[in-house]
Amino acid sequence: MLEHPLTMWQQMESLGYTRRDFLRFASWLAAAAGIEASGIGQVVHAMETKPRIPVLWLHFQECTCCSESFIRSSHPIVADVLLDKISLDYTETLMAAAGHQAEKSLHDTMKKYKGEYLLLVEGAIPTNDDGVYCCIGGRSAQDILTEVAEGAKAIVCWGSCASNGCIQAASPNPTGATPVHTLISGKPIINVPGCPPIAEVMAGTIVHLLAFDRIPQLDGLGRPKAFFSRRVHDTCYRRPNYDAGLFVESFDDENAKRGYCLYKMGCRGPVTYNACGVMRWNNGVSYPIQSGHGCIGCSEEKFWDYGPFYQHLASFPGFGIETTADKVGVALGIATAAGIATHAISTNIRKRKQIQQEIAGSDTIADDTKGGA
Amino acid sequence: MPNRIVVDPITRIEGHLRIEAEVKDGRIVDAYSAGTMVRGLEIILKGRDPRDAWAFTERTCGVCTTVHALASVRTVENALGIVVPPNAELVRNLMFCAQYLQDHVVHFYHLHALDWVDVVNALKADPVKASGIAQSISNWPKSSPKYFADVQKRINTFVASGQLGIFNNGYWGHAAYALPAEVNLIAVAHYLEALEWQKEIVKVHTIFGGKNPHPNYLVGGAPCAVNIDEANALNAERLAYVGRLFDEAATFVEQVYLPDLLAVAGFYKDWGAIGGGLTNFLAYGDLPVAGYNAPESFKFPRGIVLNGDLSKVHEVDGKDADQIQEFIAHSWYEYEGGDAVGKHPWAGETKLKYSGPKPPYDHLDVDQKYSWLKTPRWKGQPMEVGPLARMIVAYAAGNKEVQELVNGTLKSLDVPVTVLFSALGRTAARGLETKLVAGWAKEFFGTLVGNIKNGDTRMVNNERWDPATWPAQAKGVGMTEAPRGALAHWIVIDNTKIANYQLVVPSTWNASPRDAQGQRSAYEAALIGVPVADPEQPLELLRTIHSFDPCLACAVHLYDERGSYVHRIESF
Repeated sequence: MLEHPLTMWQQMESLGYTRRDFLRFASWLAAAAGIEASGIGQVVHAMETKPRIPVLWLHFQECTCCSESFIRSSHPIVADVLLDKISLDYTETLMAAAGHQAEKSLHDTMKKYKGEYLLLVEGAIPTNDDGVYCCIGGRSAQDILTEVAEGAKAIVCWGSCASNGCIQAASPNPTGATPVHTLISGKPIINVPGCPPIAEVMAGTIVHLLAFDRIPQLDGLGRPKAFFSRRVHDTCYRRPNYDAGLFVESFDDENAKRGYCLYKMGCRGPVTYNACGVMRWNNGVSYPIQSGHGCIGCSEEKFWDYGPFYQHLASFPGFGIETTADKVGVALGIATAAGIATHAISTNIRKRKQIQQEIAGSDTIADDTKGGA
Repeated sequence: MPNRIVVDPITRIEGHLRIEAEVKDGRIVDAYSAGTMVRGLEIILKGRDPRDAWAFTERTCGVCTTVHALASVRTVENALGIVVPPNAELVRNLMFCAQYLQDHVVHFYHLHALDWVDVVNALKADPVKASGIAQSISNWPKSSPKYFADVQKRINTFVASGQLGIFNNGYWGHAAYALPAEVNLIAVAHYLEALEWQKEIVKVHTIFGGKNPHPNYLVGGAPCAVNIDEANALNAERLAYVGRLFDEAATFVEQVYLPDLLAVAGFYKDWGAIGGGLTNFLAYGDLPVAGYNAPESFKFPRGIVLNGDLSKVHEVDGKDADQIQEFIAHSWYEYEGGDAVGKHPWAGETKLKYSGPKPPYDHLDVDQKYSWLKTPRWKGQPMEVGPLARMIVAYAAGNKEVQELVNGTLKSLDVPVTVLFSALGRTAARGLETKLVAGWAKEFFGTLVGNIKNGDTRMVNNERWDPATWPAQAKGVGMTEAPRGALAHWIVIDNTKIANYQLVVPSTWNASPRDAQGQRSAYEAALIGVPVADPEQPLELLRTIHSFDPCLACAVHLYDERGSYVHRIESF
């Protein structure tokens, strides 16, 4: 049992928020977590009755972009809730205490809330050479992770580092950087990849756990389906240009100024599963493609090694681009939803041929899929 | 008999940092700074496409996101002889300014303030008095007695819940906290407001670079095309958005950050004589007005000040093999040629060679190698980098804007110019340059709009985009000023691929271990003489280290002279 069973609603009420604020917030959370309107009542009920959950946030081989993204959460009261409504008992980025006082906070929560606390991990874990490549308080990252994971109710892996290794795991992976799921078993693990993940995807994942006290539906790679079930390509507002064969040929050319498709500039949208096209970044302001640069595929495993960023994806003779892109997705270990295949079939075949011819005319490299370095 | 204090992790920074310090008679007499995490990015970069390097190096740091990408594209452009269009330079300047505005505000309120502000003491404040103080120092509208009473009620509820979250086990009630309860309350209110505001200014990155953290860059220019008659490009709406964000930022800096900084500083004038250190300052300078290749046009000037001598500014040349070199006498690396040699980054090597204790360990052997950071030197001398270095170099270079602002501030606080060489000086310099940057951003924005109005919409120079146009071998250096200080990348390109890539980052200058001659780098030097009233609560040590805004994670533990832990405090 938690010792301080103030519910989220009681907390908000005591902070001066009105019932209307609370309901609006609950609706927003529900929307962010991908819950349909009929489920909002459940969210409200959950928040009225749930106490604050203790949360421990560990930092390993990281650049801290996930922490930075997290504090960008956009709804007016989300940052407050994430600081005040969960009990963030350990995070090296923001906590007042340092050194032993910091470690005391960590260990107090581990002991007091054994089996109850939520563990958030930012960063990969170096496993080469006894883990000397990341030590905190004289202990290796792997040692700390193993200990803290033991009593966790569930683990959320923030970003590509913790979910799939990210940049330090890029070839030749000098430190043996490893994602959490290969080191820890027997616990629910939610992977939220991205470099970093979108702030509202991070908030939405936490909210899902808080409001429903259950793990969101995950795909085969442990990612919440709510945010990672669609390719950036399929949700891209520039998609009609792709279907019509209208491409940027070089940065800042006339086609770039018209906002055409960035496929030929190396856009990884066709092989990247993320919510950028739907939710966009920083409260819906834009996303990479909208601002003129291709997607670099930052939420996909091994994206750093998947060829130079400005080399466009492979196109094989005899296949339409759509089919090829989907196959590449499968090759990357991505489950392809039936809906995508249907869409591919319904895409205008004549136009696809046109595109194919155009691409065949450029310097396509057939073995792109083997990746770079 | 000195006590050995170890702080690991040092929190409220980026990265993993550990400080070991020896305390005698209530003061630090020696200190060792250790970076305890490494990823090997320089090794990973070898053999890659130079045009991709910005994305890899940007991931060096997500707190000062964007600055490594900027250094990287400049490095590649320098190697290949690419000059970017004026609009691209302006977009880069605007992204640079947005980063400073967000990063410095977050540093002040969320990383540094808790060293000066006692959150729990704010519960004792009189909201009416707090309102009076707030209104006497600023026109910021959120300053009524009711507002401060609400904030206080909110903290009260939080504390009463028993779950203190990120404020748990802080050094609340420490004798070194000197603010009246009312100023503590104002600072806590603005801690919360700043947290909400900081997510707005980064939208400048989202508009130009598609996302934040880690917006997109491009060798040759900026990826965001301009077309005032198109929804899918930079148009009037996008530009108006940027303009509004910078207007709001300037208001926040002028009405919240600076008044708070001055109010807090007024109660800690003694810290104008603590935590100084090297008095050697290096700034590469940035914010070009006439292009990156004309450093004399930079808003932040380039140069070096030695031994606190403001009468002379020395020149720095990143290409001169005898000027900037990295040493590994106390770093877990090995060089061909041994530990005694220094290497210019073009000839630099990154070969990891750990020789420290096997984890878990209690303390490092500081007589041997003890850090993952190399030790950079300029002509053999240690340098401090960061906001203070930028302001000192600009001041010494005769920059009127900087001199007026610095002199005016010193006068209003009634303190002599020597207080600049201190922990407080560093924290003040950060605030002052933020004010300058807020003003410069408006200038750059006006110039960009003017260019577009006059029909110049170019954003990219594509002449050298195709690797077929590159020379077989090329070398480049790209410099910038990260919020935390002088940052440069060096590249060697061989047959269109990266043959060598080296980064010398601000925290390498500041946080590195001592060199073979035993010369301390900036952190270690600044800690000498810092008082530690209670070795179990080394608040003063954190205050000094945080004044640099460290960009690696660190941690602090306390040891006695035999290396065993000193007693820990209980939570308050």
